[in-house]
Amino acid sequence: MSDQAILSAPGAAAEYDSAPATKVRGYWQSVAYRLSHDWITLIFGAVVLVIILIAVFAPLLAPFDPYAQSIVGRLKPMGWRGHPLGTDELGRDMLSRLIYGGRISLIMGLAPVAIAVMIGGTLGVIGGFAGKVANTAIMRTMDVFYAFPSILLAVAISGAMGGGIFNGIISLSLVFIPAMCRVAETATSQVKNLDYIEAARASGAGTFAIIRHHVLGNVLGPVFIYASSLVSVSILLASGLSFLGLGVQPPEPDWGLMLSTLRQSIYVDPLGCAMPGIAIFITSICFNLVSDGVRAAMDVRI
Amino acid sequence: MDGGIASLPLLHVDGLSVDFVTREATVHAVSDATFNLKPGEVLCLLGESGSGKSVTLRALMRLLPEKRARIAGKVTLGGRDVLALQGNALRSFRGGTVAMIFQEPMTALDPVYTIGQHLMEAIRRHKGGSRAEARKRAIELLDLVKIPSPERRIDAYPHELSGGLRQRAMIALALSCGPQLLLADEPTTALDATVQIQVLVLLRRLQKELGMSTIFVTHDLGVAAEIADRVAVMYAGRIIEEGPVDDVLRAPLHPYTAGLLASTVHDQSPDQDIAAIPGSPPDLRRLPPGCSFAPRCAKALPACNDGFPHPTYPVADRMVRCWRALPL
Repeated sequence: MSDQAILSAPGAAAEYDSAPATKVRGYWQSVAYRLSHDWITLIFGAVVLVIILIAVFAPLLAPFDPYAQSIVGRLKPMGWRGHPLGTDELGRDMLSRLIYGGRISLIMGLAPVAIAVMIGGTLGVIGGFAGKVANTAIMRTMDVFYAFPSILLAVAISGAMGGGIFNGIISLSLVFIPAMCRVAETATSQVKNLDYIEAARASGAGTFAIIRHHVLGNVLGPVFIYASSLVSVSILLASGLSFLGLGVQPPEPDWGLMLSTLRQSIYVDPLGCAMPGIAIFITSICFNLVSDGVRAAMDVRI
Repeated sequence: MDGGIASLPLLHVDGLSVDFVTREATVHAVSDATFNLKPGEVLCLLGESGSGKSVTLRALMRLLPEKRARIAGKVTLGGRDVLALQGNALRSFRGGTVAMIFQEPMTALDPVYTIGQHLMEAIRRHKGGSRAEARKRAIELLDLVKIPSPERRIDAYPHELSGGLRQRAMIALALSCGPQLLLADEPTTALDATVQIQVLVLLRRLQKELGMSTIFVTHDLGVAAEIADRVAVMYAGRIIEEGPVDDVLRAPLHPYTAGLLASTVHDQSPDQDIAAIPGSPPDLRRLPPGCSFAPRCAKALPACNDGFPHPTYPVADRMVRCWRALPL
């Protein structure tokens, strides 16, 4: 509609030679356009936004202190004495703990992926663009990490380094770096041999300028898409680590840890036991679907 | 260099050889190529696939991988030794002094940048200046290559343009920094026949207007006749005949050139067979000791298998490498 207006704007005379005015919208505009028509992604994106906002404003939203215990109010059902979702096995408010747990889950979901993008992406671009020796050195080292199943690797590293949020982030980063590196390396080596790299060299660009403009420009798309799909995996793995006692330590409110401690009371209070699991499920599926939607909108193939 | 003596060649290539060295074999892609190019002249490198045309162009621009390509000989452009350029001098030589147009306009433009970003990057790299100035110059260039409504097309991505427009944008990119020498690697091969003519006419006009020397690689004799001042025919990595376009295409001295001309489709009746050259080009890893065309040549002499013929000049301004060509 507005495109039509632009076309016919200067004078009524038909511009014969400019008939196929292909310039409609830029790349990011067209991505935004496609996203705005994808209701599923928009809805789940809104849920992700809500989860993030809840995590950010947790102190304002939580009705109780998530650490306050009560020996008489253990495993109480929903609505007991003003606890909307009841209490856990130590009498702490379930809703407050879930709200605070979101903070840790998001950090554990985003931080390892961000670190892996930086380190793995850099290594991958170097490996893809540099010669045979550097490529072999980097990629074969990554293959060694690849040999382990991701949860096993995370458990092994966390187990060796001890629990805690910081160590959990490091171990998950190490799990994601090889995959990130592989994606960046593949994208780079595909781009490297294309004509426009030679054309850039032919117009006088140095190696650094070529990497910065032409390689990164074409590699960041797939890397970003892949990274967004890893966020939900990271949340799940972090919960798994906490469940096994290798991630977040008590009394921190973390969904995986809550699941682990509430597990013992599954016959007494099955609903309360399920709540952290539901929170993990909703968060990870929302991130997953948003990632899928963004990938479809960006039309990038991994 | 513009004020120099006009008859002095701009580009002087003497005994250029390119070998690709791998563990298994050495490929003699170009052997002993010698030619000159005057300012404002168009030279067509003519030859079939694998005859070394594109490799010659890339060697002139030093685009070949340094580790694997062994380049010998001498290339002087405007008095500078091209093969000795290093670092910054090499980078400003590429694009600034010599520019290249690629065969595939589809893949030679980066899909994540607009046409304007391509042009502005090159302009600012070589000429400096603000973004606004570079943008203005980019629009002028798009206008120069006859892209309609350049103010709008400058923000288009490569995939939003047709093949012909994309090749025009590629030409604009090559011209952006006022090169003295334009290298065109089959710039019309990937285009529709109708668009081919338009792009050829445009190139010829721009070349005349801007006074650039041009080396034009093609395997299309019609294209060569259309655009060239001189042609150099390549076979198995060697230039076997060189001279003014009319003379070479009307009265070829080398049997290979004659065979090429005989094998084109022109006014024959439809049921008539096309005269093909028997056999296929030699393996560039194992060139025969003598003339590389001798095994396919109808006029071969026993002497042809002994050594490659030296360049001879049977007529003024024409070079041929064939024992047979001596008595015209």
